[in-house]
Amino acid sequence: MIEVIELTKRYGRRAAVDGLTFTVRPGHVTGFLGPNGAGKSTTLRMVLGLNEPTSGTATVDGRSFRGLKRGLRHVGALLDAADVHGGRTGRAHLRALARSNAIPLGRVDDLLAEVGLAGAARRRIGGYSLGMRQRLGIAGALLGDPPVLLFDEPLNGLDPEGVLWVRGLFRRLAAEGRTVFVSSHLMSEMEHTADRLVVIGRGRLIADEGLAEFSARAGRSSVTVVAAEPARLTGVLTAAGATVRPGPEGALAVTGLSAPRIGELALEHRLLLHALTPRGASLEEAFMELTADSVEYLAGESR
Amino acid sequence: MSPVSAATTALGRARFRDLLAAEWIKFWSLRSTPWVLLLGAAVVVLAAVKNATYTYDHFEPGPAAGYHQAALDSAFSSVGADVVMLVGGGLGAFVVVCEYASGLIRASLAAVPDRRALLLAKAAVLTGVMLGWGAAVSGTAFGVAQAVIGGRGIGLPITDPGAFRFVAAAALFAPVCALVGLCLGVLIRHTAASVVSTILVLFFVPSFFTDTYHWSADVAHALPFTAWRRLAEVDLTNQRVSPYPATVASGWITFAVWSVAAVAVAASTIRRRDH
Repeated sequence: MIEVIELTKRYGRRAAVDGLTFTVRPGHVTGFLGPNGAGKSTTLRMVLGLNEPTSGTATVDGRSFRGLKRGLRHVGALLDAADVHGGRTGRAHLRALARSNAIPLGRVDDLLAEVGLAGAARRRIGGYSLGMRQRLGIAGALLGDPPVLLFDEPLNGLDPEGVLWVRGLFRRLAAEGRTVFVSSHLMSEMEHTADRLVVIGRGRLIADEGLAEFSARAGRSSVTVVAAEPARLTGVLTAAGATVRPGPEGALAVTGLSAPRIGELALEHRLLLHALTPRGASLEEAFMELTADSVEYLAGESR
Repeated sequence: MSPVSAATTALGRARFRDLLAAEWIKFWSLRSTPWVLLLGAAVVVLAAVKNATYTYDHFEPGPAAGYHQAALDSAFSSVGADVVMLVGGGLGAFVVVCEYASGLIRASLAAVPDRRALLLAKAAVLTGVMLGWGAAVSGTAFGVAQAVIGGRGIGLPITDPGAFRFVAAAALFAPVCALVGLCLGVLIRHTAASVVSTILVLFFVPSFFTDTYHWSADVAHALPFTAWRRLAEVDLTNQRVSPYPATVASGWITFAVWSVAAVAVAASTIRRRDH
């Protein structure tokens, strides 16, 4: 379990993380979401004791990580796949990490095989692709067989097969009762990976809840309507208080009215409908909507 | 086999020797390290051959005692000391800077949150390797040089009074320089800047302090390079003696103080910093 309480990190006057409080429980894959610059990596670094919080606490299973002598059996972490020395072989890199925590070296070869790097184990990391480095980093996080796992953007650079593998791995780790905390700036990545979400923006907590609740809370649902006479239907629906936008292939995207109500109105006015499809807001939309106010670096923003 | 069912059963205790073993793996798994050591050793030994050949060629018959210091200097002169400063200081800076430059330091600290222990293990492995290297290099250079000038009957055995001190001073100079490099690497973290400042501190600072004044002589004597030179001056016959001479003991103390201070500064810096 990871407990973050009133965690704050200031760099000069700017607060990278601002009074953040949340709990990551075992047995779930918890997504850690936020736009670029939201403070995700800073938070993870404070959990790992790499950065000292300005105030507040971050504990792992009730203890401060900095106070531990060795870390790998408590927390397995992949902060950045680039945090390796390109001159070493993948095997030497993992053997040094394993040895420092008194982990039997046989586990290194087992894990290299498990993550699909057995063939590249004796090659220098400098020649690895980003996807291979992610796999190496994941192997490093698993070395100590830890109850808590942290991954910062682990899906970057992975091919589709790799993404599927990682998702399966995370679910399996969670099913074994471990705490799995995975950061991402893309909701679409988390949609199929996480079952709980911690969402932050500009260092502040935006949401800490289940995936379904998050989507229900944030999403505005719409109804897609295909009508024989779209222009007349638009007039009727607008008069009833809906917002109607033209969609592709003559379809209408209607918000503000439920699908049954749209059907009733069409019947009253003897308008023929070809299709009437309610749509839940996608998680991506929910995420964009909730974080819209807290995006740090917005494309096309005038300054 | 599942990646997590291969559970490591015995919950490992935090033993310092595991950190030493890990740093040992890190040290030798970079391909350039052994080459730098090998190349540096070759240059020192070749310089010894060249110096000894010079001494051999310019030998003027006389009492062998007059050649006592010259026989030692043939083995390891300031060229040898320069190479030791370069290799030792450079490698010392390199072993930490390569972790900072690559970001590996974060992975290392996530594995070993006890930062002081991590740094001490790094320093210990570096000291051990460089001491071994220094002893092998200065011992070989001494043996080769004495064999060459032995043809003139002025070669010295290692059992000669002073010869052991001469060889030991050269051997210990390597880890002292390496620890200075390590400390500056932790402080600066940037590859080129760390190596350059290590060289500045070891090579150039001594040349600013002459023995003209008492105070500047005192400062000079407290620097590693000058301390090595004092320790290498075994026989002061026919040598220019400083008006403010240093003692041999102060040379050893200088070596010790620089080593301990370098590790202490590095350890306190790495503990306080965000990574």
